[in-house]
Amino acid sequence: MINENGDVILSVSDLYAEVDGTEILKGLNLQVKAGEIHAVMGLNGSGKSTLSKVLAGHPEYHVTHGDVLFRGKPLLDLEAHERSLAGIFLAFQYPLEIPGVSNLDFLRVAYNAQRKAKGLDEIDVFDFDDLIEEKLDVVKMDASFLERSVNEGFSGGEKKRNEILQMALLEPKLAILDETDSGLDIDALKTVAQGVNQLTTPDNAVVLITHYQRLLNYITPDYVHVMADGRIIKTGPKELALELEERGYDWVLADAKVEAAV
Amino acid sequence: MSIQTSSDRDLATPTQASADRDAYLKQLLQQVSRQSFASSVMPKLGETATALVHEQSLPTTRDEEWRFTDLSTLLKTSFAAAGSQRPTVSAEDLAAVMLPETQNSRLVFVNGVYAPELSAVSGLPEGVWVGGLIEGYADPTLQLKIAQRLAQQSGSNEVFTALNTAGFQDAALIWVKRNQIVEQPIHVLFVSVDEGQPVIDQPRCLAIAEANSGVTLIEEYWGLGDHTHFTNGVTEIWLEENAQVNHSRIQRQGSAAVHIGKTAVSQARDSRYVCNAVSLGANLSRHNLEVFQSGEQTDTRLYGLSAIAHTQLADTHSVVSLTKPHGSFEQLHKSIVDNRAHAVFNGKVFVPQAAQLTNASQLNRNLMLSGKARVDTKPQLEIVADNVKCAHGATVSQLEADEIFYLQSRGISQDQAQRLLIYGFAMEIIEKIPILSLKQTLTEKITEWTN
Repeated sequence: MINENGDVILSVSDLYAEVDGTEILKGLNLQVKAGEIHAVMGLNGSGKSTLSKVLAGHPEYHVTHGDVLFRGKPLLDLEAHERSLAGIFLAFQYPLEIPGVSNLDFLRVAYNAQRKAKGLDEIDVFDFDDLIEEKLDVVKMDASFLERSVNEGFSGGEKKRNEILQMALLEPKLAILDETDSGLDIDALKTVAQGVNQLTTPDNAVVLITHYQRLLNYITPDYVHVMADGRIIKTGPKELALELEERGYDWVLADAKVEAAV
Repeated sequence: MSIQTSSDRDLATPTQASADRDAYLKQLLQQVSRQSFASSVMPKLGETATALVHEQSLPTTRDEEWRFTDLSTLLKTSFAAAGSQRPTVSAEDLAAVMLPETQNSRLVFVNGVYAPELSAVSGLPEGVWVGGLIEGYADPTLQLKIAQRLAQQSGSNEVFTALNTAGFQDAALIWVKRNQIVEQPIHVLFVSVDEGQPVIDQPRCLAIAEANSGVTLIEEYWGLGDHTHFTNGVTEIWLEENAQVNHSRIQRQGSAAVHIGKTAVSQARDSRYVCNAVSLGANLSRHNLEVFQSGEQTDTRLYGLSAIAHTQLADTHSVVSLTKPHGSFEQLHKSIVDNRAHAVFNGKVFVPQAAQLTNASQLNRNLMLSGKARVDTKPQLEIVADNVKCAHGATVSQLEADEIFYLQSRGISQDQAQRLLIYGFAMEIIEKIPILSLKQTLTEKITEWTN
């Protein structure tokens, strides 16, 4: 939902970032307001995943230039966990397995870390059980998932649903979904998309990083951005995704070059 | 694979050092022989074991089986036989290690001597005999059976096992009769206490599960207070046809203890044995775990965890022999090594020609928390049979930056994320322990440890 008067949730200006000495982001600009859904598309290697990791605070990604404001405050000085506590959520492209830690314990520790940061008392095991029971519905997950180790032995679809479950629990102000749709069959994709739609409110925002237009049949973006060579080179309405699906990326890249030359 | 950062070899000349080691071992033998079950009750067994010790020497790092575990630290202390100055131990002293599940099914030994006043076996059914070996041997119906089983496992010739046989004072005897499923877990607690001087104690346990029987056994080594101590324990477990034994072995001795322990297991056909071995204590500890499958379709599962720090060394040497078709074997041994601690794992698995259709897997995983920690690991499969499924592997790693980031991205601080990952690494083994209270205690210990 485009809301011209909505609060600015995320403001990225002229961002440059590198990993292992290789510059990946090269002057990226992006503004996301409350209530909006942004899709970021682009070819492999265009810097989409790097953007998500830089915003979430991965320690191996270094910002060399530019600014990021999150809800009006500088983001880049915060550590990864502080960004989470401030309201940023990254759904991982490849969620990690944590053997030996039950999903339930992990979710409770994360939830309580957030409560603590808000100055609230930690929630006890029983209250948490009730809360998580409710959230399981969002992603149609069976309670037996909670007893298993975090993501261990989960199928691709189960891992992605588990990411959305975490999002449902932590209720972020900005959710960045890094290729959450990749590798999903159509049923799992629908479940994940429904979950995301259910969690979208006028107060929060979503950035969907995706390769495929398919996801956008189920989650309707307000803006579609095309990334290439570490920058956003084109922004358009949701129809842009369909055009990209049909015509590929070459024409956008060509247009961008022409503009750059001018 | 071997990751080696330093090697302490003997500095003295080989002949002098070897004479010292011989003399030291004989001295130990002399000490432990003063009050020996074997020499007073089963003299022939005692003589054989004594002769075996005389033929051998204290191992050095030149012995293949002791390459990474240097026992020369033992030589610095002379250990007297336990028992002469043994203080009274009360039930309150043991409150921290008592398990509610085994209130009426526990045996307590203090410095290797049976403590009937601290033990309780009233909760056990008639089909199981549990008590001290001296008492058990006095029962004519048990005498012959004990003679057939005691010190009869392959591997009894090994020097520390022979030393134990020659000199142990009393033993825990657990005899589960045919078809008896013992619902109540049995806790055998070996407590070491300070006697005012360094002592050697030699815990011993003999467990027999007759055909179709089942039992859960917890064998625990625990130090009351911190004192210089040498524990040399031996546990023999016999599983007859279709028997099932779930064995947890917990080593939580004090930080000044040296612990050498043998678990020797013999499995007849269709039997199932599980070992959950957790090693947290002692400055130097060695667990020799030997399983011999003597029948078809025998199942062996070995799970192990060592969590060590400071200058601790924890060494697990396992040997598993599969000898008949359709055997199965699974092993997962994990070590967490902090500071300058040193973990050693050596796992041999033998799959001879006769052991066709074996399904075996072995994995050793190590988590190093410090640049000064050291891990030596050597999975060793010897497979002759041609129609088998065998897998093995070893990993040595540090905490994964990506795993920490994943947890951090959910609002968990870096410090807490690290603790959670270490906890998870350990819990994979602790989860397998079937006694709730023990699992909780160990979970608390691991949580404390990660702090």
